[in-house]
Amino acid sequence: MNERKPQGQQTTMETAATNRNKKGIAKPAKLSREVQARLGQQLRAMYDEVVSQGVPDRFTELLNRINGGGSKDRQ
Amino acid sequence: MPMDESVRKAVLGAVPSLRAFAISLCGNVDRADDLVQETLLRALANIDSFQPGTNMSAWLFTILRNHFRSEYRKRRREVEDSDGHYAESLKSQPDQIGQVEFREFREALAQLPSDQREALVLVGASGFSYEEAAHICDCAVGTIKSRVNRARTRLAELMGVDSADEFGPDQQTRAVLASGGE
Repeated sequence: MNERKPQGQQTTMETAATNRNKKGIAKPAKLSREVQARLGQQLRAMYDEVVSQGVPDRFTELLNRINGGGSKDRQ
Repeated sequence: MPMDESVRKAVLGAVPSLRAFAISLCGNVDRADDLVQETLLRALANIDSFQPGTNMSAWLFTILRNHFRSEYRKRRREVEDSDGHYAESLKSQPDQIGQVEFREFREALAQLPSDQREALVLVGASGFSYEEAAHICDCAVGTIKSRVNRARTRLAELMGVDSADEFGPDQQTRAVLASGGE
C-alpha cells in the first residue's frame, strides 16, 4: 500500500520557538499543560461569546437581498 | 441569481464563527462586521470557484483573511504602529467585545504579531486542523505549528502566567490550600 508519510515537518522553527530556555533559568521551554489549557479556555470563551450571538440580522438580510435579486418582493 | 439553498445555509452557518475570527483579527466589532459583509459579498460573487464538497467555512475564512490582510496593509501605510494602534483601539472600547473578564486576555492577544494571532485563533478557537489553518493562511503546516507555539508562549509571558500557579484565582486558591493545610 502507499504509505502516508506525515508531511515533512519543519521542526527547526518549532525548536527555535520552544528551546529558548537558557541554562539556569527556571522558565520552562514548554508551557505546562495546565497553562496551555487555561489559555485555551480563555481563548475559546472569548471566541464562543461572539459565536453565541448567532447571525445578526444584517447578514440574513444581505443574503436575502442578494438571493431575492428581483424574484421576491421582500426587502 | 438565486443561490442554492444549501449554499445559503452553509454561508449563514459560517457567519457566527467568521465574526468571531474577524473580531480577533481587527479588534473592533463594527469593523469586523463590515469585514464579514465584504467577505460574504466577495464569496457570493465568486461562488463558482467554490468546490462543492469542500469545506465552505474554510473557504470563507480564507477570503476573509486575505481581504483583511490587504486592507491591513493599506492601513499600515497610514498608521505606522499598526499593532500598537490595534491594541489602543481595543483599550478605547473595552466593553464592546464580549465581557470585561476577557479584557486582560484580549489585550494580551492584541499584542501578538498578527500572523501568530490568526494561527492561534484558527487552531485554538475556530477548530481548524493545523492543515486547514495552513491552507487558510497559505503557508506550511510547520509554520502554523511554530506560530501557534510562539503565540502561546508569548501570551503566557504577557499575562504573567509562565506557570499555572500564577493564574489569579488559582493563585489565591492555592495560597489558601497551602496555608490551610490538607
